[in-house]
Amino acid sequence: MLKISDLYCKVEEKDILKGLSIDVKPGEVHAIMGPNGSGKSTLGNVLSGRPGYEATAGSVTFKGRNLFDMDTEERAREGLFLAFQYPVEIPGVSNMEFLKAAVDAKRRHHGQSDLSSVDFLKLARETCKRVNLDASFLKRGVNEGFSGGEKKRNEIMQMMLLEPDLCILDETDSGLDIDALQVVADGVNAMRDGNRSFLVVTHYQRLLDYIIPDYVHVLAGGRIVKSGDKSLALELEAKGYGWLENEVA
Amino acid sequence: MTDFQQSALQLADKQQAAAWLQPLREQGASKWSAASWPGRKTEAWKYISLAPLQQQNELRWGGEADDSAIDAVEQVELDATCLVFVNGRFNAARSSSLPAGVIRFVDADAAQQDMIQQHLGQVVDSERHLFAALSDAWIEDGILLHVARNQKLEKPLYILNVATPEASAAVASQRLLVVLEEGSEAEVIEHFASDAREQNGFVNSLTEVVVGANARLQHYRINLEEENLLHVGGVHVDLHRDARFHGFTLAQGSRLKRIDYQLNMRGEGAHMDLNGVYLPRNKQVIDYHTNVEHCVPHCTSNEVFRGIIGDSAKAVFNGRIHIHPKAQKTLAELSNKNLLTSRTAEINTKPELEIYADDVRCAHGATIAQLDETSLFYLQSRGISAADATSMLSFGFINELLNQVPEQAIQDYLRPRLASLFGQGDEALGRLSYE
Repeated sequence: MLKISDLYCKVEEKDILKGLSIDVKPGEVHAIMGPNGSGKSTLGNVLSGRPGYEATAGSVTFKGRNLFDMDTEERAREGLFLAFQYPVEIPGVSNMEFLKAAVDAKRRHHGQSDLSSVDFLKLARETCKRVNLDASFLKRGVNEGFSGGEKKRNEIMQMMLLEPDLCILDETDSGLDIDALQVVADGVNAMRDGNRSFLVVTHYQRLLDYIIPDYVHVLAGGRIVKSGDKSLALELEAKGYGWLENEVA
Repeated sequence: MTDFQQSALQLADKQQAAAWLQPLREQGASKWSAASWPGRKTEAWKYISLAPLQQQNELRWGGEADDSAIDAVEQVELDATCLVFVNGRFNAARSSSLPAGVIRFVDADAAQQDMIQQHLGQVVDSERHLFAALSDAWIEDGILLHVARNQKLEKPLYILNVATPEASAAVASQRLLVVLEEGSEAEVIEHFASDAREQNGFVNSLTEVVVGANARLQHYRINLEEENLLHVGGVHVDLHRDARFHGFTLAQGSRLKRIDYQLNMRGEGAHMDLNGVYLPRNKQVIDYHTNVEHCVPHCTSNEVFRGIIGDSAKAVFNGRIHIHPKAQKTLAELSNKNLLTSRTAEINTKPELEIYADDVRCAHGATIAQLDETSLFYLQSRGISAADATSMLSFGFINELLNQVPEQAIQDYLRPRLASLFGQGDEALGRLSYE
């Protein structure tokens, strides 16, 4: 699904990722943990093609294709989804307009016709319900005046509507109450179908009580310094990141 | 006196105005002819050129129009008293019958003449507003809206001013006087439109408003004339104690469109808010000048203007707030945001604050920017193409103000027009039902 080999990435002339490698196979859930400044968010951003995040060496293939041959929108249409750490507020653009444009863009890319307004509305309403958002959210501006939890649920809602093959969750759990976390985790778990893969980037072990990963990687100093199964997360919880940073040094 | 001033004055001679209007006409004429013509060094006209106006040396009044030309202009659909002016002339056949309190100057009885004389030309300072002097010189007809004490104007007053194609450049003068007595309420919509084929006409429009104590006016001024028209207009408002003025204005291009808003906070506790949108494209020029005079304590004013300037178009926004020494406890805010969508587009924005009182809160800001990159990336990361994301964000920038328009009919009228400017479809228009 996603194969990252020896990836180097620069942000504002500074090397952030320094030889990162991960191989995510279909249906797998990989958690990436790490201290602040280790490059966690950079990974999500460079994978989704955010301007300013420049891959300087290494390779990334997504479903067998060179990811960097595709621009941001094509990656999305091909099935890569990034749930933002800080979802953007766009007043004046309604959620409805935004979501339909996104869904139609993907459909067209795959040779399908646009959804009718009626069908889309029905789908959007059902999806709202799944993430416990009131349908009135659809006519509000994108994330406009949403609480932190609502913004994150809106990200999950978009993920459900777009049905990506690879979901990257960038600290989706940060700042969430446990109830909201439960909703987010339920949404993610409902989408685990044996084919769809997840890259769950988090600072806190707590999320992994709700979304059980197949693999846990520790990112420090721009590369993976340790990998293991879910028990690694618990070990980190008990010991903190310090012992690993020492290992790196 | 320039040739243009001269020929504009000669037009007044071709009118047949009632005797009771003569004093004001003469006063206007003398101010107009004495005024020095604004040039690049005249601050109020610094960024735009009046040359297109001066090139019109053979001025003549607009004439009758055939029905198809009037039909070409789509009206706002709302339950209102609708008055239609075509090329500056009242069109009775297209207009509603006038309810009590809505009076054409030419039909005014003695008491109404008194009221008109008492206020007309009094709200506006024609020493400072050159084209107001011209408007005075040209008074022949106009509309008075008078709402009596503690009354509410039953239906909104919708005034549609249409310019239709004519063989050569024609001139129209529009005049509106609104007098709201204490505790009264009204909604007024001024809609200026032209046929796309209209050639080089000139519209001089002037609206004067007196909002009495504790009275409230909801006012709209929509300038949608097409490419070739020249328009100089002004909205001048006196607000008395606890009066409220809520305004919305939108201008789409012309070769030259200059609109002044002058708000005089004369009574304590008065409030005004004004949202404005300007969207010049091609080689159009739009200039908004607003001036809020805070003369007394405890008044609030809030202005939000946004513009999208494309192609080789040009816009000017000059927002002045003047807080007089006595006007303590004033709250005044002004925000002006601009998007430039081409390298050759131009915006001159200038907030001007003059504060002579020490216990006031005054905030202002002006920005000129490209679209927000994070928002663009967010949309693209959901599969939306860069081009679609750009139109979506541009429309959203304006739609945010449109969403705040209280009159749904205006939203419904403007939204599809603006959406089509930015290539937006049904979803943007909120046509889907959410229930």
